[in-house]
Amino acid sequence: MAAVSIRDVYKSFGEVKVIQGISMEIADGEFVVMVGPSGCGKSTLLRMVAGLESITSGDIAIDGKVVNNLEPKDRDIAMVFQNYALYPHMTVHDNMAYGLKIRGLSKAEIDTRVNRAAEILELSKFLKRRPRELSGGQRQRVAMGRAIVRDPKVFLFDEPLSNLDAKLRVQMREELQALHQRLATTTLYVTHDQVEAMTLAHRMLVMSTGGKTEQIGAPLEVYDKPATTFVAGFIGSPPMNLIAGRLEPDGAALAAEGGVRIALPQAYPKLGGRSMLLGVRPEHLEICAEGQALLVPQVDFVELLGADSLVYGHIGKDKASPRVAARLHASVKPQNGHLWLRFVAENVHFFDPDTGRRIEA
Amino acid sequence: MIEHRPGLNFFCHALLITAIVVILFPVWFTFVASTHTAERMREVPLPLWPGGELWQNVVAVLRHGVAGASTAPVGRMMVNSLIMALSIAIGKIIISIISAYAIVYFRFRLRMLFFWMIFITLMLPVEVRIFPTYKVVSELHMVDSYQGLVLPLIASATATFLFRQFFLTIPDSLMEAAWMDGAGPMRFFWDVVLPLSRTNIAALFVILFIYGWNQYLWPLLITTQESMYTVVIGIKRMIPGGDASVDWNLVMTTAMLAMLPPALVVILMQKWFVKGLIEQEK
Repeated sequence: MAAVSIRDVYKSFGEVKVIQGISMEIADGEFVVMVGPSGCGKSTLLRMVAGLESITSGDIAIDGKVVNNLEPKDRDIAMVFQNYALYPHMTVHDNMAYGLKIRGLSKAEIDTRVNRAAEILELSKFLKRRPRELSGGQRQRVAMGRAIVRDPKVFLFDEPLSNLDAKLRVQMREELQALHQRLATTTLYVTHDQVEAMTLAHRMLVMSTGGKTEQIGAPLEVYDKPATTFVAGFIGSPPMNLIAGRLEPDGAALAAEGGVRIALPQAYPKLGGRSMLLGVRPEHLEICAEGQALLVPQVDFVELLGADSLVYGHIGKDKASPRVAARLHASVKPQNGHLWLRFVAENVHFFDPDTGRRIEA
Repeated sequence: MIEHRPGLNFFCHALLITAIVVILFPVWFTFVASTHTAERMREVPLPLWPGGELWQNVVAVLRHGVAGASTAPVGRMMVNSLIMALSIAIGKIIISIISAYAIVYFRFRLRMLFFWMIFITLMLPVEVRIFPTYKVVSELHMVDSYQGLVLPLIASATATFLFRQFFLTIPDSLMEAAWMDGAGPMRFFWDVVLPLSRTNIAALFVILFIYGWNQYLWPLLITTQESMYTVVIGIKRMIPGGDASVDWNLVMTTAMLAMLPPALVVILMQKWFVKGLIEQEK
């Protein structure tokens, strides 16, 4: 087990900058999830920690030792690949044992370790099988087993659940959590799935296209206080409503684009007169009586999800006016195509329209 | 075919059976000829059913060759052919799998240039480069030697290309996983790439063995001593020109013997061969 430091790391492929100055200190035993849209460089960052990609500039240290120029095998790490990368011609046992065999461990020691890992992952029955005789979930476990037997300082996961179906993904997510609790090995985990990120991470690193850090923080912190409009849009589904406009001088209402006035649950005199993006999450909008309503959207369409329904609408007369999404109870029905919605002050976010950064009220 | 009309069925079968008869008749006739005496083969009409002389004929050609023709015993020629075919097949596989591995997995300067140079040689069959090749081989004093028979034919652009295409289908992550496991390039080749290529190797072996066995022009040029003849040129030498009588029974026996090893290779390796051609182990 070990801490991992990523210090001001850059990566370019020729002219293309893939990672631009990412720094993060990962504590011993921590589970860190790197999350971002496809092409944001999160996998590349993980592969740089693994030693599969060179580092253009900056340092990566494992357990206090800079590993920039070390071969992957000398970094004491283990990686689980998206497509599992199991050796198709070897049995489950041999797949897990291969790395140990190369390291020159005795046969008895190898068998002990493989059997222990197989027990943890409930693979004991399948040790003699080949990968193609296993289901997706079992293959995934073998890939994890191959990482576990090495007893590495750091686990690296590259979108390990993305090839599984939805149900299995939930199950494997739980198993991953249980596994981490049991082994407490420092873990770096890459995903584009925000649910995985929210449920698994101690802390998450949200990255945006071009390999930039958007926010580092615990899942709830990222959800409650998104540092940028990018994070606000990426974490949460559907994304946070962002309404552009200018606060009135007393800070009690937003003069939104399209000539709509949106009253705020409380006044923000210090921010009065500034142009802003007002952010409210769809799930924080609630239905209310006409007199209390802060938002009165015209409903465009409704998606029924069972327990909830997602209501999409716009405020104001024309289609260019601000759009709003709300997650409401399925029983809620719009009246004459209108909804009366309110929200509370704790759930209000402000962002700078130019930089996209959060403004603390 | 989805249709089940009796007329169509009948037509298809008739066509297939006719084609089989047309193809099999010469083989059958060769076999029949190898089971009769030389005298019977000079009488008209020629026999259409096997006689009882097969064993004597086989023993005669294997031990002594054909009397009157300037050839070594067929046994000797079979050995020559076997050595040449095996060396060509195995040599081609070893060389091409290693070159393909280098081209796919290593990033060296002028990599694509080398690949295209290999690829371009696909367009040059033995016949086109036969004179310069002969000159080189003879100046290296390899006329009438196994090296001379094998070496000029041992590099294979086709096999290199096929292995390259196969290696490209092996996911990169497999190499990375092996790298993380601590396997170097040689280890990865030996432990992962080679076992995965088994079926491809088997299929190529069948094709290349037959290619080597059936070589005609090159052995004809490069061998001058009877003891170095391969069986394929041996058959030709058994048929003297002019009015000399030909022991057709013995020539046909030799032809049967010459057909045997390729047929055996195909039959024994058929399962692997088909597997290698149609499926990739994933």
